[in-house]
Amino acid sequence: MAEETLVLFKNIRNPKYDKSLAAYKKSGGFKSLKKVFGMKPEEVVQEVKESGIRGRGGAGFPTGLKWSFMAKGTGKPSYLVANADESEPGTCKDRELMLKDPHMFLEGLMIGCYAIGCHHGYVYVRGEYFPSIKSLNAAVDELYADGLLGADPLGSGFNLDITIHTGAGAYICGEESALLDSLEGKRGHPRVKPPFPAVSGFNGCPTSVNNVETLACMPFILGDNGVEAFKSFGPQNNSGTHLVSLSGHVNRPGVYELRMDVNMKDIIYEYGGGIRNGKKLKGVIPGGSSSPVMTADEVDVLYNFDDLAKKGTMMGSAAMMVFDEDTDVVKLLHRITRFYAHESCGQCTPCREGTHWSRQIVRDFLNGNGSDEKLQRLNRVGGNMMGTTLCALGDAAAMPIQSFVKKFPEEFRKYYATV
Amino acid sequence: MFSKDIQTQVDKLLSRYPIRQNALIPILHLAQKENEGWLSEDWMQHVADICEVPLTHVEGVVTFYTMFRLKPPGKYHLQVCTCVPCCLVGGTELLEHTEKKLDIHAGHTTDDGVFSIEEMECIGACSFAPAIIVNEDYHEQVTPEEMDKMIDELRQ
Repeated sequence: MAEETLVLFKNIRNPKYDKSLAAYKKSGGFKSLKKVFGMKPEEVVQEVKESGIRGRGGAGFPTGLKWSFMAKGTGKPSYLVANADESEPGTCKDRELMLKDPHMFLEGLMIGCYAIGCHHGYVYVRGEYFPSIKSLNAAVDELYADGLLGADPLGSGFNLDITIHTGAGAYICGEESALLDSLEGKRGHPRVKPPFPAVSGFNGCPTSVNNVETLACMPFILGDNGVEAFKSFGPQNNSGTHLVSLSGHVNRPGVYELRMDVNMKDIIYEYGGGIRNGKKLKGVIPGGSSSPVMTADEVDVLYNFDDLAKKGTMMGSAAMMVFDEDTDVVKLLHRITRFYAHESCGQCTPCREGTHWSRQIVRDFLNGNGSDEKLQRLNRVGGNMMGTTLCALGDAAAMPIQSFVKKFPEEFRKYYATV
Repeated sequence: MFSKDIQTQVDKLLSRYPIRQNALIPILHLAQKENEGWLSEDWMQHVADICEVPLTHVEGVVTFYTMFRLKPPGKYHLQVCTCVPCCLVGGTELLEHTEKKLDIHAGHTTDDGVFSIEEMECIGACSFAPAIIVNEDYHEQVTPEEMDKMIDELRQ
């Protein structure tokens, strides 16, 4: 089997690793935090910028830039909130980090807090992740007992608290402004932007929201020679390793840590061991259920932000869902449209109505009542959601619809009404 | 209304946020646990008082999130994921199998109150599909036979 590049999973892949604070320290843990405490916060932000890391939650926004946007001199506290809501269908990488090596992520969170001057970091974990919540709470207790959290950790003079906060089941709370509303104790409704969270976030204070995997990269980036090493793992503008959640019809589904210059074909056939039961590949949803679908003859491409964007799709949260030749694409799209209809928060009309209509039209096809006109209507309903909503859920619902219709039109024809 | 132990947890939670309302969702989780898995109006009012928000605000929050329930679940709450990765590898069939086995549809509880079924959107165990959550425990790559065995064992 092809080998992984181990940065984030270096401890997790060690069968003897027991995820305790002692084991994490033994593996070199908290050396980076110690180094960071000797730097100025703006120097930390600068190093993160130079590493070129882009957010791993789905949007791929440069993390160092995000941190540099934090409003200063407001007289209000600043906050760092880790987005551990992981709910994009196909994505199950953050839970691996939180379950199996929580201290690496927490060290990253602490580095981030120092960089933006936050004295109380929150981890917003999705409520269903009971095992991850237990793991994180146990790890945070260890850190307080050890003096790494609380007053003056490592003699830094920098007071720092971390609280694990549980969500309660809502996909939309992965969107950062909805997440902040939810953290405040409200329904998770995305906010009108601007102002962006860096100016007005949690309780109206400057806030940065960062994905778990993004933060887990920080101990490496801020370690010895970390910036250069991090950049060497991928092409320009796509630095670092990434955790790929591979699922669907492959022989070896799993979460793999890979370089950003890995070919998608190799992820399916080398790491994933090919299509199960000797079947042929039909297509891949490459980056979470909201990313535009790819056909089998499009998968010879480097799996990173920019190369996938050039192919008209996206890497998103690096969740690859592979499906074989026997898959009914219309049924698959129906399941996706059901998801978005269920998860729309209901604030914006195009999304609230569009997700519902698109699900009904696809169901119409499944009932044998499809037609050219309905296919066009489905595409149009998708188009009307693109870019017309407060948050990206409208786009997320539209992209699979439009790409499925474009890439697999013949599959829909099978469901046309025969008159 | 909270037992002494849980009240300590509630107080600790309140100390972790700048505003009492911020602790609402975590406290609702504790209330739901105290009340055998669901939230009655009395409990919502109690949490509203603790967090210093109107009852209508709490009701709005409770009805927004899928994990809060307004009626009692079974003793064992079977949460079967049928979202994209799970449906590709048998999640939908696993749900149908479970419904048949227990003779109830998703969203319902068996007459004896032992089991309830919920169809889940993505539960984040995609590379280990099909996956289910029983109360708070994940079970992964579950076959219909394993589901039968689990149900039979839990019933005893």
